[in-house]
Parts: sequence; structure tokens; C-alpha cells
Amino acid sequence: MTNDVEIAIRARNLSKTFGRLRAVADVDLTVARGQVYGFLGPNGSGKSTTIRMLCGLLTPSDGDIQVLGLRIPEQAEKLRQHIGYMTQHFSLFTDLTLWENLQFLAAVQNLSRRQASLRVKELLQEYGFAGRASQLAGTLSGGQKQRLALAGSIVHKPDLLFLDEPTSAVDPESRRDFWEKLFELADAGTTILVSSHYMDEAERCHRLAILDRGHLVADGTPADLTGALRGRTLEVSAERPRQAKQLLMQVSGVISAAQIGNSLRVLCDEVGDCAGRIERAFAAAGMSAEVSATTPSLEDVFVAATNEHKAVELRGESE
Amino acid sequence: MNWRRLWAVVIKELRQLRRDHITLLMIVGMPILQLVLFGYAINLNPRHLPAAIADQALTSGSRQVVMDMLATGVIEPVKDAESPQQLMSMLRRGEISVGVVIPWDFERRRALGESSVQVLVDGSDTVVQNAALQLAQMPLTYTPGSPRDSSIPLPELPISVVAFYNPQRVSAITIVPGLIGIILTMTMMMFTAVAIVRERERGNMELLIATPVSKGELMLGKLLPYGAIGLIQTSLILLSGVLLFQVPIRGSLLDVYLSALLLIFANLSLGLLISTATQSQFQAIQMTFFVFVPSILLSGFVFPFEGMPEPAQWIAELLPLTHFIRLIRGIMLRGAELVELWQDWVALLVFIVLMMVLAVSRFRKSLD
Ligand SMILES: Nc1ncnc2c1ncn2[C@@H]1O[C@H](COP(=O)(O)OP(=O)(O)O)[C@@H](O)[C@H]1O
Ligand SMILES: [Mg+2]
Repeated sequence: MTNDVEIAIRARNLSKTFGRLRAVADVDLTVARGQVYGFLGPNGSGKSTTIRMLCGLLTPSDGDIQVLGLRIPEQAEKLRQHIGYMTQHFSLFTDLTLWENLQFLAAVQNLSRRQASLRVKELLQEYGFAGRASQLAGTLSGGQKQRLALAGSIVHKPDLLFLDEPTSAVDPESRRDFWEKLFELADAGTTILVSSHYMDEAERCHRLAILDRGHLVADGTPADLTGALRGRTLEVSAERPRQAKQLLMQVSGVISAAQIGNSLRVLCDEVGDCAGRIERAFAAAGMSAEVSATTPSLEDVFVAATNEHKAVELRGESE
Repeated sequence: MNWRRLWAVVIKELRQLRRDHITLLMIVGMPILQLVLFGYAINLNPRHLPAAIADQALTSGSRQVVMDMLATGVIEPVKDAESPQQLMSMLRRGEISVGVVIPWDFERRRALGESSVQVLVDGSDTVVQNAALQLAQMPLTYTPGSPRDSSIPLPELPISVVAFYNPQRVSAITIVPGLIGIILTMTMMMFTAVAIVRERERGNMELLIATPVSKGELMLGKLLPYGAIGLIQTSLILLSGVLLFQVPIRGSLLDVYLSALLLIFANLSLGLLISTATQSQFQAIQMTFFVFVPSILLSGFVFPFEGMPEPAQWIAELLPLTHFIRLIRGIMLRGAELVELWQDWVALLVFIVLMMVLAVSRFRKSLD
């Protein structure tokens, strides 16, 4: 196949069941080389499980995986030296120093002694740990730990990098720095698959997939995904937002209404006369409201996708 | 097997160990503490042990013997007794620790040079037993009026000691070699039993299995540093045993270390197997006790192997400590050579290979 060169990850019908729980269900996924690919989903939606299957750490219950042209999990051992994996929870050794941690990882990643000491020195410098080489990893702050873990996952300059919620316990500034580093790596040609539950991070990805309770409910570029919702998002300004919200949820066609300051952000199920119905409902209730169109965000995409998926499931159950 | 990666794992383990002060203290402190506790408990010189004396002879000679015994201050009469049967039931009830029997034919026995006084001791208490031996070495004073045939030699020990409950007469000399085994069994198995589980609990394992490091490198990388520590512990016990208690090493020192090394790796590999079969450090420690307690009881360290019922002997044959105790007592106390005791070191070798194969095949580089 010719396009295999450009494809980093291809998964078909990927499923994983734990006992009776379907943690991942029929996920199809294609990640092109050089992309920063985002996995967006709430806790328990199957992000970690999917990543672990793609790395060959968990055996899928069903489905086929090809990563960098290798069949997974059969050829997982061959894949290891080409990938970097940053686990969701800090997994470097807290009782080793930064230098010792990186030296260890360099050695198990088959770097020679010379290469290892050069690379470790370079990484300590680049990731802002100059002069702290002999500090114990356990004494780092949350953001520093994540930076060290990232450095650790790329000692061997992998072609493909898996990052599982790398910024979930990190302050906003450290998050920005962290993404800075990710784009540097991407520019250098590394394919990156990163999971997150932050919308603003998802927006930075070249492409993203939205997971909900094990199902892939949407995927595409952020622009495509938000573009598909054009015309379905409204902003409603009302005097008493809390009552207004209750009223809105009763209007047919309204999927969600979220209060943002003094106004409400409304997502409708289709492009149409949603705005008209809302205005009539407010008038009937004797409340004044201003309804205007607004540009869709990824948050809206997320709400819409999970909602539609829920509807499909409900229909499936009732049949 | 990639030597660079293996070495990296070994160094990593040593560095982690260096920062674990409690474990370090255990490694050095425990052997010495145990040895001192066991050893000195045995060597204590007790005084005023509760005793009863059944003097059935009631001659002036026998009274003299009783006086001499009391004069040592080791025993102190607390009860009256007339027969050995009475003494034995007092012993059993714990009312006395030492019973002395002077038989009615005391004078005749003494004249014939037979052992003429019997000391019954509670052998379950090594302190008491030791004291009784001391009594036994007391020379019997010659009393005029009871002529003695000089052609008959005096018995080496004129007083015979019968130890109940501990017929083996465990002493520092027999304890120290066994103690090497006990300490190695306890610490070595524990180290590796928690080693892999701990990395799983801390999440390190997920990082490790995503790298090219192999199962064999991970496992051997844990065995080697702890093996070295086992040898250090062995040296500590040997050294303090020799310095404090003059324990002899009659065989070759190399054989002693080779035997220790076999026991060390047997326990480390068993620990690894436990590590692959348990989910938490707590479970792993429970499992080590599951092996440790029978090891102490059945290995011949406490009770003589020959006296155990057959099923217990079969179980004992499966325990590494049993074979080690035979090896080490043979080498240190009887001056045997390792090659002569081939059955036991072959058994240990087979055990090690079996455990390693099982541990490596059970360990999966996956999270399933
Ligand atoms: N080893 C496991 N055994 C049983 N259930 C699991 C296991 N790992 C994950 N799960 C379950 O699978 C679901 C998906 O988990 P996960 O992939 O960790 O989600 P996420 O990373 O998106 O938060 C959750 O309901 C979780 O409880
Ligand atoms: Mg997760």
C-alpha cells in the first residue's frame, strides 16, 4: 500500500471489554504522519484504554491495529523503540534524580553511553532543568514533573509519541509551555497523539477525535467540526439567567443551555427556526430576551456529538 | 539479553536502594541483631533457676552432692520431691526448670564410675539447658567413708543430663549456620516479592513495559543487586558468629559462600514468582510468610528433621532452607565438602531454574 508511508496509526473496529464493561467500542481511527492528533473525551470515555491498545500494552478484544506499518499487538516489541509513551500518571522514578531517570531511560532505549550522556545533557537544558540534574524527581512540582516525563518519553527521538492527558494536573501557564514543546516536536516531524479533556487544547490539534463512553462520536479538523454546527449556536441574553435556562430547556429543539456570565449559550438540534421558537417562548412567559447567533466552539461540538450519540443509542434500545 | 540495558536496571535498583534508609538499616541491622539475640540468649549464665531435688539415696555422700550443687547458686530449691515422676510432672507444669535425681543406688554407681546423678531440665528453654550442662561439669567431691576402687575410671561427666523437649541441644554453634539461612530466606524473598508489585503499584511498570527492555533483563536486573546484598549479609553473620561465639568454620569458606549463593538465588527467584502472582505489596508480603513460617519450622532449624512425620518431611524437601541447613551444617560443623553433599545443592539448583522459568513465563509485558 502506497499511503502506508503517510499513515502512522490505523485502527479498525477497535474494541476492548473489561468483564461486562465495553470500555472501547468499534473505534475506527486514522492518524497521518506528522499530525498532532487529539483525543477528546470526559473521564472514563476510553482514552487511556485506546492509547494502551495502540502502544501494544493491552490486547484488544476485537479489531485490527497498524502502527508505523507494524501489526499490533503481534509486533509490539518491534514497535517499542519507535514510540514514546507518556502515561497519564507520573511514572518516572520519584526516588531517582532527574539525571538518573533520564540516563536510565536512555540506556533501556538502546542509546550508547556516549549518546546517552549527550542526549541527557541536551534534554535537561532544553526542558528547563539546567542546574537541577541532581534533584529527586519526586520533589518536582506538577508542571515540572510533566515536563520531565515528556523529556523522558523522547530520549530516543521516537517517530510517534503517545501522551495520555499530559496536562490534566497542571496550571495554565505550564500547559501553554507544554504545548509549545509539543509543537516543536511536531515541527521536527514527530507524530503526536495526545488525549485531553480541555477544549482549548483540543483546538490546537491538527485533527481530533471525540470519545464518549467508548464510542468515537466525531472526528475531523477543529474547523470542520465547528463548521458543521454553524447556525445551530445561539446566545440568549435575559434578565434572570437561571429562570431563563429552565425555560429554554423546555423549548423543543434546544439540546443544551449553559450559563456564561449573564447570558446563555444555546445549542439547537438543527439549523432552522430555533431562535424564533425561543423568542415566542420568552414572550409567552412574559420575559424579555435577546437572541443572537454566535460562532460554534468545540464545547458545542462535544455536546452535540455526545447528544446525538445518546439519541442513536436510545433509538437502538427501543427497537 | 542486552548487557547495557541489564546493567541500567541493576544500577537503577542500587540507586533506589541507596536512598531507602530503612531497608538499608534492615539489611545490616537485622542479621546482627538476630545473631546477638539468639546467640546471647543461649550463652547467658543463669542463676537461681527454680529446682527440686529428689534425694532417694539419703547418704552423707548424696547430701554432700546436693550441698555442692546449691553452693554453685545456679539452682534454688523451690519444691520438695521424692521421685523422678514427681519431678517430671513439676517440669511439665512449669513449676521448676531443673530437677535433680539422686538414685537410691547412688553410692554403688559412684563406686563403679557410672553416672550417679541425673539432672532433668526443661529443654525447651536453651538458657536452662545450658545451665544444666554447667552443673553436669561439676566434679563430685570425694567423700571419705565410701571407698572407691581406683581401678575404675571416673566417668567423663559424673552427672548425666537429660534434656526434655529439645533433644537436639541447639546451641550457638548449631544456631549460627542455620541463622544465615533464616535471615537470607526472610530478607531475600521479601525484596523481590515486593520489587515488581511495587513498580506496578507506583505506575513505573507501565513506563518500563513500553520500552524495549526485556522480561529477562528486568528480572535479572533485580536479582543481581539483591544477590550481592545477600552475600554481604552472609559475611556479616559469619563474621559476628566467629567473633562473638567462636563458631567454627571447619569446611572451606568458598563452599560456605557457594551454598549461601544458592540459597540467595533460590529465595530471590521464588520472590519474583510471588511478585508476578500478586496484586499488591501487602499480598506479596503475606505470601512470603506463607513460605517463611514452614521454612523455619520444617527445615530442621528448630526441630530435628528425622523426628518429623513423613508428609512434613516431603514438604520440607520442597523448601530451599531445608537443603541449605543440611549443606551449611555439613560444611561449617562437620567439615564436609560441597561436592559430597551434591543432593542438596542439586536440589537448590533445580529449584532456582524452575522458579526462574515460571517467573519469566508468567510475567507479561502488557497490562492485561
Ligand atoms: N484494567 C481495567 N479493568 C477494568 N476496567 C477498566 C480497566 N481499565 C479501564 N477500565 C474502565 O474502562 C473505562 C475507560 O477507562 P479509561 O480508558 O481509563 O478512560 P479515560 O482514559 O478516558 O478516562 C472506565 O470505565 C474504566 O473504569
Ligand atoms: Mg485516562
